[in-house]
Amino acid sequence: MSEAAATPTPQTEPVSAPLTPAREVWLHFRQNKGAMIGMYFIIALVIVAILADLLAPHSPIVQYREALLVPPVFQDGGSWRFILGTDDIGRDILSRLIHGARLSIIIGFIVVFLSLGFGVVLGLSAAFARGTVEILIMRLMDIMLALPSLLLAIVIVAILGPGLFNAMIAVSIVSLPHFTRLARASAMSELTREYVSSARIAGAGTLRLMFRTVLPNCMAPLIVQATLGFSNAILDAAALGFLGLGAQPPTPEWGTMLAGSLQYVQRAWWVVTFPGLAILLTVLAFNLMGDGLRDALDPKLKR
Amino acid sequence: MTVVMEAKGVRRYYEVKKGMLAKAATVRAVDGVSFTLEAGRTLAIVGESGCGKSSLARVLAMLEPPSDGELLIDGLPTLAPEADRRVALRRAVQMVFQNPYGSLNPRHTVGRILEEPLEINTDLSRDQRAEAARAILARVGLRPEAYGRYPHMFSGGQRQRIAIARALMLKPRVVIADEPVSALDISIQGQILNLLMDLQEELRLAYIFVSHDLGVVHHIADEVMVMYLGRPVEHGETGLLFDRPAHPYTRALLGSRPRIQTGANKIPRKTLSGELPSPLRPPPGCAFHQRCTFATELCKRDRPELRQVEGRAVACHHAETVLGGAD
Repeated sequence: MSEAAATPTPQTEPVSAPLTPAREVWLHFRQNKGAMIGMYFIIALVIVAILADLLAPHSPIVQYREALLVPPVFQDGGSWRFILGTDDIGRDILSRLIHGARLSIIIGFIVVFLSLGFGVVLGLSAAFARGTVEILIMRLMDIMLALPSLLLAIVIVAILGPGLFNAMIAVSIVSLPHFTRLARASAMSELTREYVSSARIAGAGTLRLMFRTVLPNCMAPLIVQATLGFSNAILDAAALGFLGLGAQPPTPEWGTMLAGSLQYVQRAWWVVTFPGLAILLTVLAFNLMGDGLRDALDPKLKR
Repeated sequence: MTVVMEAKGVRRYYEVKKGMLAKAATVRAVDGVSFTLEAGRTLAIVGESGCGKSSLARVLAMLEPPSDGELLIDGLPTLAPEADRRVALRRAVQMVFQNPYGSLNPRHTVGRILEEPLEINTDLSRDQRAEAARAILARVGLRPEAYGRYPHMFSGGQRQRIAIARALMLKPRVVIADEPVSALDISIQGQILNLLMDLQEELRLAYIFVSHDLGVVHHIADEVMVMYLGRPVEHGETGLLFDRPAHPYTRALLGSRPRIQTGANKIPRKTLSGELPSPLRPPPGCAFHQRCTFATELCKRDRPELRQVEGRAVACHHAETVLGGAD
């Protein structure tokens, strides 16, 4: 042997354990204050959603006939019994919001799961197959993008019939093109890299190339889109609920709550404000976290 | 000697669309390459950028099928209709890429990168695979800790060692190295070349060594094939070609090599003028005639075929004149 064996590795070792990619992302993410606030809010929301049955002081659908439109505790006439007041048929708003958090998290999760899953499969198929398959998939996505998303969702719900689950399907379909385009674009740029060729030489089949070689390298933009998609899903589902096409009463869904109490805006501000605020804060938290993730995951924005 | 790889008139064409209405043009990236490669030997393919050496490497690595011609491995055609035989042949040829920063999957640990070929092609258990990966890491001169680390934690030279280790996992007979050292520092280049040569001796590997660095080629290759615009223009033993080039292009390549002149066997320094012609519109006759000092009317008209001249194959009408040393 020659000097090849003599100098196998450099003498200098990195400080302690080397950084795994995930740890590196976390270090960057942690520096972003807004993103951290968003993340804490989301964690709190998830805990509230999980423990809804324990945390809520009342059942979300019980009507207290003796306490219609009771104002929140900090206003004249309010009481600790109904901390955020009651609505027009005497249901406790705080309890409804807490249970609504559970619904919103489930909606966001299912919608993102469906649209990310199908979007990745369609996008990777388009990037790998090229030719006619790609044209078919991508033009279909273009057509879907050309229609206003809420309008398209309304059409789909109109076809499927109103209801929370159908609303989720509609919102998933509407957000599908974003995931598909993103997955295709990043897969196509990864496909030109040499590690893909070397996996081919190792004998990897198409499915293995798609999901084990290429997909992990496309995850960064998809994770960001998924976080932002979460807030879009909550917002769209609330909009559908507001229009009466999503969750049906008495389900304590935030958008439905807004819609049901519109006529009391003048008389009882709390009935409209608190569900609206819940939607606003949740969406804002997800957007903040999504932005932070994008900065942390995109190597071009580092340093 | 056993012939492990044989190319018979391998061609690789690409269709290039020039617009919606224009007819697709054909790029003849590789236009008729033939050679035989024996176990334990190294064939270097040299030429300037765009001459088709990387396209040829991709065809030889079975990443792309040849548009025409035949590629035989161990005497068996690679375009065999039986899928299982193609898979078996694929294992025999592995590749080391030019850029060690792009050829290792950034999301996989070194262990996983090394084990992937075994996972796909063999039914070894997880422990056996890990053992094989660790053994090969030691063989290419990396520490055992490398096993669990990610590629970005290594320097270029170390990454190239990992890439070489991966190419060896399936115990191939032919390794195609596409400019394996051109992205590395000079000092690291030497280490990697020596590693490649040691491994060749030990495992009786045959190398296809694609390069534009003639110093490296002189060091490692047994045979050299010089390519110009997709065609081989000269092919012979390394010593012979380096000492007495018979093709004006080989001569110009050697003349452009930076080196210390020692007086004896001095090749007059002659640089080429002009650019490589577009492979979309190759010039008629000899593709090199526009840049050649020996060119005559004959060269503009007739394309020279490869012929045997003093122990090597050369595609030039005036090979004897070139060898005669007249300038």
